[in-house]
Amino acid sequence: MSQITKLASKPWIWSYLGALVVWLAAIVYTGGTGAGGMITAALSLAVFTVIVGLGQMFVITLGPGNVDLSIPANIGLASAVAMKTMGGDDKMIAVGILAALGSGLVIGLFNYSLIRLLRIPPIIATLSSSFIVLSTDIAYGRGLQIKPPPAFADFANIQFFGIPILAVVGVLLAGIAWAALQRMTYGRSVLAIGQNMRAAKFAGIPVERIRLVTYMLSGGLAGLNGALLAAYFRGSSVDIGNEYLLSSIAVVVIGGTSVAGGRANVPGIWGASLFLILLLTMLNTFGVSAGLRLLLTGIIIVGVITAAGGHKPAR
Amino acid sequence: MVVPPVAARRPANYARMVRTLLPAFSFTLILLAIAWLNPRAISYLGFSLMLNLAIPIALATIAQMFVITINELDLSIGTFVGFVGCVTATWLRDDPLIGILVLMAAIAVYAGLGALIHLRNLPSIVVTLGMSFVWQGLSILLLPKPGGKAPDWLLALMGFKPPFVPFPIVAALIIGLVVHFGLMRSAYGTVLRGAGGNPQAIGRAGWSLLRTKVVMFAMTGLFGVFSGIALIGITTSADANIGNGYTLLSIAGVILGGGEFVGGRVSPIGAVIGALTLALAAGSLLTFMHIPPDWQVAANGVILILVLAARAFISRRGG
Repeated sequence: MSQITKLASKPWIWSYLGALVVWLAAIVYTGGTGAGGMITAALSLAVFTVIVGLGQMFVITLGPGNVDLSIPANIGLASAVAMKTMGGDDKMIAVGILAALGSGLVIGLFNYSLIRLLRIPPIIATLSSSFIVLSTDIAYGRGLQIKPPPAFADFANIQFFGIPILAVVGVLLAGIAWAALQRMTYGRSVLAIGQNMRAAKFAGIPVERIRLVTYMLSGGLAGLNGALLAAYFRGSSVDIGNEYLLSSIAVVVIGGTSVAGGRANVPGIWGASLFLILLLTMLNTFGVSAGLRLLLTGIIIVGVITAAGGHKPAR
Repeated sequence: MVVPPVAARRPANYARMVRTLLPAFSFTLILLAIAWLNPRAISYLGFSLMLNLAIPIALATIAQMFVITINELDLSIGTFVGFVGCVTATWLRDDPLIGILVLMAAIAVYAGLGALIHLRNLPSIVVTLGMSFVWQGLSILLLPKPGGKAPDWLLALMGFKPPFVPFPIVAALIIGLVVHFGLMRSAYGTVLRGAGGNPQAIGRAGWSLLRTKVVMFAMTGLFGVFSGIALIGITTSADANIGNGYTLLSIAGVILGGGEFVGGRVSPIGAVIGALTLALAAGSLLTFMHIPPDWQVAANGVILILVLAARAFISRRGG
């Protein structure tokens, strides 16, 4: 047991240390003002990356080539579906969240159908489906300016002693994901498939069913994220999910999950999400221009991934 | 099953032949549809207009094809094309020496990425996604507002009107043939493809895998540069976001052209045809069919899925 924790703690600590360093750099620059507020804001924003990151983590753990590129389009559509279903009415909040979740699950099912029926690599399948989802969203959400129901918007902004309630939701979801990964047949099956799909099949694991569930899980989480984002930013938009293409993959890799599959790390997702958000906060605090901010973000992401290093696929 | 690259030269079986012809078939289908919807488009002027943007798309597709050959993916090619566009419309016009040096440095960065990805065993998706921010950031720093102007020699080159055959078609032919002979017919080209098909075998045969990655990424950078320059020759001015759509277009072009994601199985001529198909389908066909702009992105996705479905169907029938 101690060996497992030892192995897992390596990438785990790395991402949190990175988050701590950029936070310290930011507060040194401001001379200590706004240190707490920075944490609160980062906790709120990191949750959105954590939610899609968890889905992406399960997908990537399935093995080489598995990745969900439809997440941004999925989030966009789900945010519109949620807002339209709720229609600004407090009584419809639960229905709206379920609708967004449903929209995400259907996209996940569609992704998997393309992969399975056309035998195409997941990258191109999720890419093709994201085109269709994007168009659907543009047509469906055209001129849509529905505000979230007041209670839902308030919920997304509730804080207890500087801890946003969304962060609690994010920690709960991460806890469930951890349990699913480490303690449930489903998670163990995902890991087994990622390590060796053929061996997993011969061991009697229902490989295709597990893959279906995984793609639907990623879709569903993206859908849920769409609803929460619309609540937090008080409205839906087509490009609300754009940044989550890079960040969902980046947090998985920075968080210590193996891109070769078969090895996943849940706590690392939180650490890496906080790191990415605090990095942006730091650059904003320094007052750099938009171009420089993009440039530095890119360089730092590539640098961190290089430092974290890839892992040889387990054979 | 890993088929050694040599097998490609043997007489192809039926399914393989049909698969090879599929890109040309989808292209013809799109052409016929356009001819049926708007007969006047099938003319010298019509093709020149419809295939206007085909040259940069074809070049970006070839760029993407090089990395796909070695089982990698470049998600930054779009912003890279945009960056090259910004350099072309500013430095390359005002101070050609600096412009050329910057573009060569950019290609060197690509070569360096290849080395980095190989040595540290990094996922190319993440590295290039990170790089897409770098290129976009540089573009915005260079050209905060849309502007700049294409160099005059470039405008003259892209405005060239050969007799009988429209320029985009001539250019596409040249691009396809040059890359075909370089990658499919040369000795080192076979090694490069082999590095995608069976890296262990290539490594044991004494070839440097590091060098294949560096060469292929440098080629991606080179054709990305060509694509950006060609794009500015057509649009005449630049904008930091001008190339953003090219990432998806280039991947789709390679796939439409019969390339596969793993195993070093690609086809340069197919990729060029794939790019032309996309240029025709995305622009002209959808407009002639009166598909509302909202659904044009989806139509591209559907075309992609249809071609892949046809391919899966043929493979299954052919065994």
